[in-house]
Amino acid sequence: MTLTLGHFLSLGAMLFALSVIGIFLNRRNLIVLLMAIELMLLAVNLNFVAFSYYLNDMHGQVFVFFILTVAAAESAIGLAILVLLFRNKSNINVDELNTLKG
Amino acid sequence: MDIRTGFFYLFSALLLFAAFRVITARNPVYAALYLVLAFFQAAAVWILLKAEFLAISLVLVYVGAVMVLFLFVVMMLDINVDALRAGFWKHFPLAATVGVLIALEMAAVLMGGFRLGEEPRSVPSVVAQGTAQYSNTKELGKLLYTQYLYPLEIAAVLLLVAIIAAIALTLRQRKDTKHTNSSDQVRIRASDRLQIIKQAPTMVAPQADPVPAAAEGKA
Repeated sequence: MTLTLGHFLSLGAMLFALSVIGIFLNRRNLIVLLMAIELMLLAVNLNFVAFSYYLNDMHGQVFVFFILTVAAAESAIGLAILVLLFRNKSNINVDELNTLKG
Repeated sequence: MDIRTGFFYLFSALLLFAAFRVITARNPVYAALYLVLAFFQAAAVWILLKAEFLAISLVLVYVGAVMVLFLFVVMMLDINVDALRAGFWKHFPLAATVGVLIALEMAAVLMGGFRLGEEPRSVPSVVAQGTAQYSNTKELGKLLYTQYLYPLEIAAVLLLVAIIAAIALTLRQRKDTKHTNSSDQVRIRASDRLQIIKQAPTMVAPQADPVPAAAEGKA
């Protein structure tokens, strides 16, 4: 039994589903929400790399490279916003983020 | 079952376990550490897929930079975990339903439709050839610096913008520090600090005012 593309895609799908469950469960904890988003991006990257390998196409890996860049920028700014939020409200409960609601 | 399949199952099991612990760990520090484990396993899976450069950069960028950032932030903030964990399992049925639905649907589609290639498709490409001369990093670099040059530059600008945004967001002037404003100091002139008053050498003694005495006598 050798590995097929389906194995890797299924792994990616399971990882993505776990991250979705994590977003549902940790609905209040902003830090774990960010971590779940990172896991989602990892699952997507895994799919890209798997397709790149099985279709013999390097462009998938280039795309993963750019996704890594954007994900790093996203997490840096997300954490900066998190720190700012904690400084202003002294907690990171998502339920209490209703300042913009008006 | 060859050794590659065995490694795949080992790494995927560890990856899924680590991901599960990330979303259920009580302490955010543990969640961050399990996320490190998850990234390592993902890098191992990518090495199985012969994407060495991306695997190494995943370890360097994520484990080395992003996760350290996460750990710093988690440890800087004083989080009341119990308040955040209230009602944690309340949404579990819905979450499990959605998650299992996603996984099952994807698995059904994928295992049905994507059994392609026990081996990689044998296009005469250099990807995934087991020759000693083949270098994944070299191929990726060739693509990045020729065909994807402008996207690469845009990505660099994006990172710069992210740096500036992160600094600008978290920068603050503390109110309780005593600091001097250098530009004000440089811009000051002598007349702002020292005032010379003309004053006569002798002064006339002030005459006593008769009015208060009269008012006093009237009262």
